[in-house]
Amino acid sequence: MSDRTVELEILRYDPEKDEMPRFETYTVPYRDDWVVLDAINYVKAELDRTLSYRWSCHMAVCGSCGMVVNGEPVLACHAFLRDYPARIRIEPLANFPVERDLVVVIDDFIDKLGSVKPYVVAKEEKSVDEGEYIQTPGELARFKQYTACINCLLCYSACPQYALNESFVGPAALALAHRYNMDSRDVGRSAREDVVASNPGIWECSFVGACSEVCPKSVDPAAAIQQTKIASTADYFLNFLTPWKKT
Amino acid sequence: MSRRPYKREVSKGGWWLTQPRYIRYMAREFSCALIGAYVLVLVTGLWRLSEGPAQYEAWLARVESPAGRLFAVVAMLFALYHTYTWFQVTPKAMPLAVNGKKVPGAVIVLGHWAGLAVASVLVWLLVVN
Repeated sequence: MSDRTVELEILRYDPEKDEMPRFETYTVPYRDDWVVLDAINYVKAELDRTLSYRWSCHMAVCGSCGMVVNGEPVLACHAFLRDYPARIRIEPLANFPVERDLVVVIDDFIDKLGSVKPYVVAKEEKSVDEGEYIQTPGELARFKQYTACINCLLCYSACPQYALNESFVGPAALALAHRYNMDSRDVGRSAREDVVASNPGIWECSFVGACSEVCPKSVDPAAAIQQTKIASTADYFLNFLTPWKKT
Repeated sequence: MSRRPYKREVSKGGWWLTQPRYIRYMAREFSCALIGAYVLVLVTGLWRLSEGPAQYEAWLARVESPAGRLFAVVAMLFALYHTYTWFQVTPKAMPLAVNGKKVPGAVIVLGHWAGLAVASVLVWLLVVN
């Protein structure tokens, strides 16, 4: 362990004792290769066992350790201490209720994610014996970047639209809807439309673009939403011009 | 164990001052107000033109006054910023693929600037001649 230390100002909230959240400061010695999550683990192991937070993989895959570090939503396992000043403020993800300390209640997102049917809706269900659903590399390339979403919710924390209007379906759920809409094996687009093409869906987005800037997996939800807006607008005019064809 | 999730309030009026990226977004959105104001000035000019040469000349004098010129410069700066921001995001909204290969975003952005340049030259030729 080096003699370099960092001051962590961590938001604490105990629903059984605290009226509202408060900050507590811990001094943590650290090494150059430590990330914020390592420092928080140190606090838990050595300084204060009551600290609550979520984490699992420590390699930016599971999406559990999303937090706000110095005002920016990041994965704590993906944020090196050496890139920060000597005092770091750590808060839970913004725009979600705080359950305890750095743990937030994500039920709203889980409900919204389910509402966009984030799975392949196949034209005909096939048994395993009948073989796989074939897809070319070109067809895969159309949506592959959107499959990288790990539901870490940094995008919801960065989105001012979601902050001001809780009914907004939000970046990750809409990006995943787009991912399945673009999948050549999927026929679920019209079934998703009630949620996706509604006002609380894509039309609530005013393209701030913060979601894409903070996304640790380069999913680019803002792009997905704008593309869905264009497709939905084309649908509207096509329906208008060809009323006999029900899409 | 009792659950009592705490909801942290977001400032309804001041949220956009909390992050540079939100300020940039608001600047982009605000730029359309100046473009709108400039369009109003032009429409007023057309209206004055329909009222006769004297009214039109008076409108022209106001537009060419120092204050009028300053407004035009400020409106143009905002219009350029508006154009820049929207051209930057076009590859996101309208990605292109040719023969299954993704066209680089920079090419789409440059294409838009080239289109704007051509349109500007055409309009300029139309006005000058």
